[in-house]
Amino acid sequence: MEALSLLQWLIDILIGVGLLWLAWRVLFSPELFKAIVLFIAFGLLMALAWVRLQAPDVALAEAAIGAGLTGALLLSAWMKLREESTQQFEQKRKRQIFVWLLAIPLLLIIVGLGYAISLLTPYPTGLSTAVAENIDASGVSNPVTAVLLNFRVYDTLLEVAVLFLALLGVWSLEIRESAIGSEPEPVLDVLTRVLTPLLVLVAAYLLWVGAHAPGGAFQAGSVLGAAGVLLILAGWRLPHRLAGLPLRITLVAGLSTFIAVAVLMILGGGRLLEFPSSQASQIILILEATATLSIATILAALFLTSRPSHSEKT
Amino acid sequence: MTLIDYLSVLFLLAGAVFFLAGTVGLLRFPDVYTRLHALTKADNVGLGLLVIGLAMQAESYASVGQLLLIWFLVLLAGASSSHLIAKRALQRGVRMWRR
Repeated sequence: MEALSLLQWLIDILIGVGLLWLAWRVLFSPELFKAIVLFIAFGLLMALAWVRLQAPDVALAEAAIGAGLTGALLLSAWMKLREESTQQFEQKRKRQIFVWLLAIPLLLIIVGLGYAISLLTPYPTGLSTAVAENIDASGVSNPVTAVLLNFRVYDTLLEVAVLFLALLGVWSLEIRESAIGSEPEPVLDVLTRVLTPLLVLVAAYLLWVGAHAPGGAFQAGSVLGAAGVLLILAGWRLPHRLAGLPLRITLVAGLSTFIAVAVLMILGGGRLLEFPSSQASQIILILEATATLSIATILAALFLTSRPSHSEKT
Repeated sequence: MTLIDYLSVLFLLAGAVFFLAGTVGLLRFPDVYTRLHALTKADNVGLGLLVIGLAMQAESYASVGQLLLIWFLVLLAGASSSHLIAKRALQRGVRMWRR
């Protein structure tokens, strides 16, 4: 057992040092592409770190959103940058003095955080006892889901709203769709055909299992969104008749369900987003299911960047 | 330790050797095609050996199935992405290494 715990210490130290080193390389590599690849590697290592900290929910989200989809978004942004700037835009070297001016407040933050951590009791319970006491009233048995979809459900509401606003911002830029990537690629085509049903299945599983084990709307949504990204990469586009109203309804379904539930709860005499515990699990399932659909569609639409055309003349 | 334990240690070590060789190849080989060659050996065979070694220690057939599924997915993703990278490199005219 002694050797085993030593080994675990070694792995933890390796992960920690690796994270710091990767973060440094991401910030200071002159090539944008290299920085993006390093950022994806950073996300994967971060997911491993969350696993080591016994936070599988966060690890799942980090791997799916942090490494996977953010990586894909950054790469697609990089492609767009390369297309649009004909001349290689030189990155001006920032004056050293500004770097050092930034370093001082950062150092203060680090010292402050370190001091705050040193003040913590060795095994802080935080709010976990309060969550454990009220878990029966939440309608789910996974404490993370209980917090995110019941006790602090307005957090999730605002997260869904932020994603939606991000897509509105991207769409308002009126970016034209690039011609590159629409040529059919046989290997990618086969891969997509095998993976898409599997990803849909995994997303449904994650959504369902979120009630009592790690999983939930954001994880399921990002897996489903990844299926959308794969389809887009393989050259698939939303049929014109679905790109109008049906697409928009799917995009706002999550947010509007949240708001509708909030309003219904107030009309029913309760407080904002306060669920009666007898119906809590059904409400949470409906919220999570619609949020999953919306999150997946928004993420895939963010990857495509250009707004899908729904009439023939555009 | 039983015979099964020894066998699984053997498979795990063999898998680790493949990963080490693949990493060395990735770092040392001269061009993108040979590096991909080294990388896929580590991914396909190395992970396969690890999966066999771990499957011997699995508690249920369900977890054996999960391990095999992971291997299958990595095989699929690894083969496809290496193919795509190599094809793109050929299209962009990256020269193959000659001695």
